[in-house]
Amino acid sequence: MKTAVITFPASNCNRDAAVALEKITGVEPVMVWHRESELPQGIDFVVLPGGFSYGDYLRCGAMASRSPIVKDLVAKADKGLAIAGFCNGFQVLTEAGLLPGALMRNKNLKFVCRPEKLKITNSNSRYTSKYGSTIDVTFPVAHHDGNYYADDETLNKLEKRGQVVFRYADNPNGSARDIAGICNEAGNVFGMMPHPERAIDPMHGGTDGINLFKSIIESI
Amino acid sequence: MKAIIYIGLKPGVLDPQGRAISRSLNDLGFEEVTKARQGKVIELDLTAEDPAAAETRVTEMCEKLLANTVIESYRVEIED
Repeated sequence: MKTAVITFPASNCNRDAAVALEKITGVEPVMVWHRESELPQGIDFVVLPGGFSYGDYLRCGAMASRSPIVKDLVAKADKGLAIAGFCNGFQVLTEAGLLPGALMRNKNLKFVCRPEKLKITNSNSRYTSKYGSTIDVTFPVAHHDGNYYADDETLNKLEKRGQVVFRYADNPNGSARDIAGICNEAGNVFGMMPHPERAIDPMHGGTDGINLFKSIIESI
Repeated sequence: MKAIIYIGLKPGVLDPQGRAISRSLNDLGFEEVTKARQGKVIELDLTAEDPAAAETRVTEMCEKLLANTVIESYRVEIED
């Protein structure tokens, strides 16, 4: 099992993501700089980490989504590569067109930073299969632009196809239909605003994030 | 030649910053304000010579990077 974490200028959860991946897989992930034009050979799972890539210039994730490595990820996602984006990583995935919709400024305009109760709304996804009958989980959130938007037609499609994987129990940012995390139609690309990679150690307030990584890794 | 690009949220997309601006103006005594929408303006200096061709290129720039057409609309003006 080989994993990779993409690092952009001003990513800040790249280390958290690396620690989580090493803890679950037992193997240190490859750290890939955004200027690389191709992933190293044999990578099975890629994480786009949280942070404020390019200082959120233009729009959150906009500049990062046009970087050389993301072009390669878009091509490989079509062939089934598992890719997850957390927080800024989710914003990058929507900007790159790998996931539908967009992340806008929080409805109450405030940066929100707290443990957030979530509901698993698709337990059969490749990112949630290991949670079994568990529905309630808590992951930290830390963002200013996490207000998920898509038009009604897109939202209806997402719901119908089981692509809404997580919802907020107590919506912190105004996201449409309380959506916290979605996957693409094929199920290999996943994005969420909360931080499962920061919920892997009891000393840090909880371990609810572990099964997310176990789910996707065991599905490969 | 110069291109001026106006980018704003599409009608129907909630604009929390615009709403805050509108409320703040009301608080300052500008009761006539009923709505504010916030956007951005991007100015580009171009080496182009043909305005029509320049507009086509700038539109392509908007589609590829400058606007997120999921949530934003844009308008391009070309100046000599």
